[in-house]
Amino acid sequence: MQSNAALEYDYSVAKLFTYTTILFGFLGMLIGTLIAAQLAFPELNYLLGEYGTFSRLRPLHTNIVIYGFTLSGVWATFYYSGQRVLKVSMAESKFIMAVGKIHFWLYFVAALAAVVSLLLGFTQSKEYAQMEWPFDIVVVLIWVLWGIAMFGLIGIRREKALYISMWYYIACFLGIAMLYLFNNMSVPTYFVSGNVGNILHSVSMYSGTNDALVQWWFGHNAVAFGFTVPIVAMIYYFLPKESGQAVYSYKLSLLSFWGLMFVYLWAGSHHLLWSTVPDWMQTMGSVFSVVLILPSWGSAINMLLTMKGEWNQLTENPLIKFMVLASTFYMLSTLEGPIQAIKSVNAIAHFTDWIPGHVHDGVLGWVVFMIMAALFHMAPRMFKREIYSKKLMEAQFWLQTTAVVLYFTSMWIAGITQGMMWRAVDEYGNLMYSFIDTVTVLHPYYAIRALAGVLYLTGFLMFAYNMFKTMTSSRELSEEPQFRSPMA
Amino acid sequence: MFHWLEKNPFLFSVGVFLVIAFAGIIEILPNFAEASRPVQGLRPYTVLELAGKEIYKKDNCIACHSQLIRPFKAETDRYGQYSLSGEYAYDRPFLWGSKRTGPDLHRVGNYRTTDWHENHMWEPTSVVPGSIMPAYKHQFTNIADIETAYAEAVTVKNVFNVPYGDDIKPGKAAFEAYKPKILAEAKKIAADMKNKDVKDAVAAGKVPEVVALIAYLNSLGSDRYEAKK
Repeated sequence: MQSNAALEYDYSVAKLFTYTTILFGFLGMLIGTLIAAQLAFPELNYLLGEYGTFSRLRPLHTNIVIYGFTLSGVWATFYYSGQRVLKVSMAESKFIMAVGKIHFWLYFVAALAAVVSLLLGFTQSKEYAQMEWPFDIVVVLIWVLWGIAMFGLIGIRREKALYISMWYYIACFLGIAMLYLFNNMSVPTYFVSGNVGNILHSVSMYSGTNDALVQWWFGHNAVAFGFTVPIVAMIYYFLPKESGQAVYSYKLSLLSFWGLMFVYLWAGSHHLLWSTVPDWMQTMGSVFSVVLILPSWGSAINMLLTMKGEWNQLTENPLIKFMVLASTFYMLSTLEGPIQAIKSVNAIAHFTDWIPGHVHDGVLGWVVFMIMAALFHMAPRMFKREIYSKKLMEAQFWLQTTAVVLYFTSMWIAGITQGMMWRAVDEYGNLMYSFIDTVTVLHPYYAIRALAGVLYLTGFLMFAYNMFKTMTSSRELSEEPQFRSPMA
Repeated sequence: MFHWLEKNPFLFSVGVFLVIAFAGIIEILPNFAEASRPVQGLRPYTVLELAGKEIYKKDNCIACHSQLIRPFKAETDRYGQYSLSGEYAYDRPFLWGSKRTGPDLHRVGNYRTTDWHENHMWEPTSVVPGSIMPAYKHQFTNIADIETAYAEAVTVKNVFNVPYGDDIKPGKAAFEAYKPKILAEAKKIAADMKNKDVKDAVAAGKVPEVVALIAYLNSLGSDRYEAKK
């Protein structure tokens, strides 16, 4: 039998990923705010010569927030909570510790190199899979290293039953591995053509409609397994830990998990409604998108009910506020998505700003809020100091919540306005508006969205400052807090 | 109920994998061969057009432009015949895009000309007042990588049986032998342009990015159907 003495967990890898979460979060949101402003004020396209146009920067924004910020957050929380739910310390195995560290450094160097390559315009032009083939190989290596660290820890665990969060981390690992491998299948042209041309260049294994189908099977589910699955892993760990409440229902978590696994993958074709993909697949995409409400809301409701009888914590602890709001935005976003996946609605919504609006109420309200809350919870335990400022955290919460609301409302209006104008006809059946009319009309909404970006970025800087002060100069703690995180 | 599975990470992982792999197999596989067949009379992109497609990718035009005309009257009125699956048979990758900050381009070659594109890429507001598209002046001086475009043609010919002629074959020497054809095509485009840097570069045997891009944009539409010629 293991003694009941508390294990000394080792957070060195979790800390490293925490730093990059903050770094890439800032960088990704800064570029996001800039490109949002460019749509309202096109003169801002010329700050960096050919490298500063909206088109060149947009993949940088998406890749940095997905593969920089979110993945760092996923790994920071995994290397923190993984040890704790498995009841095993990283320090117990020199091998796993080394793998964890190599995992981090290879990731960090590759991420920086990828940023440069995208800025220079080396791209496969597949959304969220822009990186060229040599990077894909490094990504696979990084993923395998994570797998070794995770299954290594599982192999030497003391707690035999895997906690719910671990289910989701495992699913994230397997899902992204499968999707990424198949979507990035390509043939490097340099080798086939007898050493002609650029060595970085490749052509996709799939053409046209097939390529579209594989790409959105990937694109949709990269969101599923990157922006949903590991974030659910976080909330299942951090909300009960911070509130001191047990998860409301084990059965509901089972249903939500297996439901999510089965249903999510089908929904990818809702990105291709009214396209040249066969009709039956489009309908499958619509139907499964609607069914997807069940497992998504299952998790969210399970989390909200976990707070049953303890709602007073919502007013007392800003960290609980972050997580409850994240859960609520998750519900909003997973209702909005299925609505957009209905063919008649999609006919208006597709190609408009309603889509980025939907993406951002999900990521700003759910993903980023949850990751920040997780890091806030981890900080006093990793750095053994109380959180620097509760007031700052409260202010940040309201500032960013306002920003998210401004963002999605302006984009809803912009999207529906544009969708309606594209199809408007006069009494003779002729199109009423030239395309440019439908662009200039959006100016005020683009300006509001840019403002929302500035507010959200400011909030993120407040978060970064609060974290920095917590790491360096806040009051030291003599023992680890049990539940609620101490804050000044 | 499932407690036994949660104590067995290996079986758990296998279970998760089977459940998530299921949808892809059912949705993607059955239609795979069918969806890759070209419509009748469709020709592959020329090497210059492929080089232009690379500029389209590099400057990431798909951030704002789609290439997918949906089967609605409002769209066919605005852009022309709705898109067919077989028209994309030679598109690797597909470039449908997911956002129309600017208009669709799938048939832009049918209603825009070389000189329109030249003015537009130099200063979009000169032809579309109120446009929020940035100017792409660097495309007038940057030189397109026709060698890599040639390598792409060789690759899709050899690996995916795209019907190119016998003069598209591996090796640097083959590329050098083929180069005059690319330049001849570029000269035809440049003849309709007025920018002096572009004309000088083409005369000196180089292909500025904008020339390749315009060749590609002109090919989007009926130009790639041999029946039309």
